[in-house]
Amino acid sequence: MASSTTQIRVQLPYHLRNLAQAGAEVQLEVLAPISLRAVLDALEARYPMLRGTIREHETGQRRPFLRFFACEEDLSHQSPDAPLPEAVASGKEPLLVIGAIAGG
Amino acid sequence: MSSVRVLVGTRKGAFILTADGKRRAWQVSGPFFAGWEIYHMKGSPVDPDRIWVSQTSGWFGQLIQSSRDGGKNWFQPGAPAGEAAPAWPAKASNKFVYDASPESGKPLTTHQWYDGTQHPWEFKRVWHLEPSLTDADTVYAGVEDAALFRSADGGESWHELAGLRGHGTGPQWQPGAGGLGLHTILIDPSNPQRIYIAISAAGAFRTDDGGQSWKPINRGLRSQYIPDPNAEVGHCVHHVAMHPSRPDVLFMQKHWDVMRSDDAGDNWREISGNLPTDFGFAIDVHAHEPETLYVVPIKSDSEHFPLDGQLRVYRSRSGGNEWEPLAKGLPEKDCYVNVLRDAMAVDKLDGCGIYFGTTGGQVYGSADAGDSWAPIVRDLPAVLSVEVQTLP
Repeated sequence: MASSTTQIRVQLPYHLRNLAQAGAEVQLEVLAPISLRAVLDALEARYPMLRGTIREHETGQRRPFLRFFACEEDLSHQSPDAPLPEAVASGKEPLLVIGAIAGG
Repeated sequence: MSSVRVLVGTRKGAFILTADGKRRAWQVSGPFFAGWEIYHMKGSPVDPDRIWVSQTSGWFGQLIQSSRDGGKNWFQPGAPAGEAAPAWPAKASNKFVYDASPESGKPLTTHQWYDGTQHPWEFKRVWHLEPSLTDADTVYAGVEDAALFRSADGGESWHELAGLRGHGTGPQWQPGAGGLGLHTILIDPSNPQRIYIAISAAGAFRTDDGGQSWKPINRGLRSQYIPDPNAEVGHCVHHVAMHPSRPDVLFMQKHWDVMRSDDAGDNWREISGNLPTDFGFAIDVHAHEPETLYVVPIKSDSEHFPLDGQLRVYRSRSGGNEWEPLAKGLPEKDCYVNVLRDAMAVDKLDGCGIYFGTTGGQVYGSADAGDSWAPIVRDLPAVLSVEVQTLP
């Protein structure tokens, strides 16, 4: 029987990469359906030190200065349960976690 | 031979400065957590190799870091680097959730906002970490929006001491310019049930039952910038210091005014005396002389730098009122830095070393109780906090 997981690519910003002691891109086994929530759940399960740094502990809300991009689209405001683009869900394109360019 | 370890939190990382007991030659290590704001770092009096760090970011929120070897290696409590991930869901060392349970008494949901309206409590960051005097696994955290949390498992999980927000005056607390922060935590070494805390801008509070119930201790404070200058709460207390041998005697740098209490905060009197300005942030007490105090006068609440471009520490050897400027080795002109509330500390060596950091990135040290000063480092990022460990 075929597995229902897919290998998803996620690119993290510099500080979270350091925190996770991971490379620029991490690959995660994610259960279908592939949504933002499913990918972030898998990311935080593998790298628990990232919990609370991308989305709030209690509410699950995205932190205000972070954005989610993929396939040249801003996915930050879509429902966390909406399916991610097919290119991300198939592992062809990465999901990008981007920090706002701001501050001193 | 004794040595000292100075823990420096800055806008862009943490640094550790070490020297032997002579305090002449310094080694600088860091930056640790480069690029992150380090609001505070402090070591356990029970086990000095255990250090906790408040690591924050506008992008990524709050993290707690810890070391068990004096700062050589760091890990987030509960998620040690290099170890397998804890089972999901596990404790989260950066999870600070306000207690809203009915059991906590009167859980409050709002405080006063800048415009006078009520605003819900929202966790932003940890301003101050205070390790227990007796238990190496217990740490207190003062946070913004103002509340006190405690961890009894080395920082792996945190629980609010909700009686502080629940005692009734919370809706009158309002943020200072830097936010509604709980910045001072003093544990009475003779009575672990007694803890003092201070909040900008609410005032000072005391518990005598280990944190279950709290009372405001602001009688005698006068703040002309609030509607009732003598109000029970609403005062912008910048910092409070205590000598461990006399825990009933407290010294306070308020927004304006340097104050003293001889009865555990029940009553305060002004001791600004001949200070050239009694605005400032930092205040501390000599390690061996409980009547010797240090402040760094700042020009005003509108101009956060020293008077006339001259950086001066002022010392009182009489418990206040009579102050002398300490200038030897400090900038004589063109100095326009600030010294923040948690950026001064003293060591316990003979001759009592005094240290303070500036928003210009200098950390100055004195090995002779303030008579003379020298920069230990000159070009760090803006210094947010300085703590000292005296090691055997």
